[in-house]
Amino acid sequence: MAQTSSALKQTPLNSVHRQMGARMVDFGGWDMPVQYSGIVDEHHAVRRNAGIFDVSHMGEIIIRGPQAFDLVNYLTPTLVSKLKNGQAQYSALLYEHGGFVDDILVHKVNDTEYFLCVNASNQDKDYAHILEHKGIFDAEVDFASERYALLATQGPRAIETLSKLTTADLNAVKYYHFIDGEIAGIPARLARTGYTGEAGFETYVAPDQAEKLWKAILEAGQEFGLKPAGLGARNTLRLEAAMALYGHEITASINPFEAGLTRIVKFEKEDFVGRAKLLEIQEKGVTRLLTGFEMTERGIGRDGYEVFLDGNPAGWVTSGGPSPTLNKNIGLCYVPVSHSQPGRLIQIMIRNQPVDAVTRPVPFYKRAN
Amino acid sequence: MYPEQYRYTKEHEWIDVQGETGTMGITHHAQNELGDIVYVDLPKIGAAIEQGKSLGSVESVKAVSDIYSPVTGEVVEINEALSTAPEKLNLDPHGEAWLVKVKLTKPEELSDLMSAADYQSYIGA
Repeated sequence: MAQTSSALKQTPLNSVHRQMGARMVDFGGWDMPVQYSGIVDEHHAVRRNAGIFDVSHMGEIIIRGPQAFDLVNYLTPTLVSKLKNGQAQYSALLYEHGGFVDDILVHKVNDTEYFLCVNASNQDKDYAHILEHKGIFDAEVDFASERYALLATQGPRAIETLSKLTTADLNAVKYYHFIDGEIAGIPARLARTGYTGEAGFETYVAPDQAEKLWKAILEAGQEFGLKPAGLGARNTLRLEAAMALYGHEITASINPFEAGLTRIVKFEKEDFVGRAKLLEIQEKGVTRLLTGFEMTERGIGRDGYEVFLDGNPAGWVTSGGPSPTLNKNIGLCYVPVSHSQPGRLIQIMIRNQPVDAVTRPVPFYKRAN
Repeated sequence: MYPEQYRYTKEHEWIDVQGETGTMGITHHAQNELGDIVYVDLPKIGAAIEQGKSLGSVESVKAVSDIYSPVTGEVVEINEALSTAPEKLNLDPHGEAWLVKVKLTKPEELSDLMSAADYQSYIGA
């Protein structure tokens, strides 16, 4: 059993999680709740009703100034110009060689302010990367992580839950849009985004308001079956939705084409970091592709396990585990392009035994509406 | 919670010895730490197992854990029910969800194991 190290970083809700009996783990240097009632129970709560996650470890970086757009546009491969005020976009920070520094969400507040939500364990690296490429752009890079707590409320009853706490019309906020308003009397940025494959909001508030909001949401959601959920369920949920996790599906040595994220690379826009190399990669074509799989024999293909084709190592599992919704053992893996179409037989090496699996289309789960 | 007549390992297995046969499993503490158990991999009947060596594994939603044998011996029975209902390990790890029965070849090894009281103080219960 892991000891809690005093060096671990904490979110403003740390003591609340402990009081509520959450099991805490070291997650990339953060002392985070992995589960409350149990991963499967929390997973089903989010798919069927709603769940609330403390994801305050996520980082926030604000780009401000006359050339805020130009800087963000240069740092990312997506069409930042398409964003309207109050709209968000899934994007990335890339190295010149085309690999991922991080995957990020870009929120356009207005023409001179962009709010980036970045991964917890990458935030320092992201900040340094942004400064390194800031050059002569007339913009300020504000490392704002310590000024925000982030609560994700997700599931078919999430919006109903949150609507009890705000006068804002949350149903009118479209997917990947956000508003600045008030919830439970707390000033908040309410973004209709998430990492579970369900409807819901991610709510950015001041750290000293996090506990008040957490408790208000728990209480408001009680009648709908909302439960507190940990990072364990967050992972099984995002895996079913086939959403990438940095360090697994995407890394510094993986480019967007390999990761099935061709849609975030827009060569028609102005120059951006990584563009030249990505053009080259696109012309040459990639040799491996991220692919879904499902175990067809007993066994669970987990992160890091090797994928074998015809008895030879040919790839690796990036994420894998049981899918509580589908009641199957699923995963994502890199395989040669020749085996990336659904329906190919592959083998996962599980403790030195090859175990049969078949490639599957992703996402594994898509909500009905 | 932790039966008096069982003996326990630091890796959170238990063994209940009757004559020359021992029934073994994982402890309540182990199942609680693992969380939702979804898969159990057990040795075959007749397999030789060795004290302190892995005899199989238990997987929860989030991780795989080896099961270490408390004693040396030969597997004489396995709990087949766990292959279709691994979640029983979360519900009754000291009873219905035993893992394997083993014929002990080095019964003196039992003195290496902890009593229920020692185990509980070991896990801080």
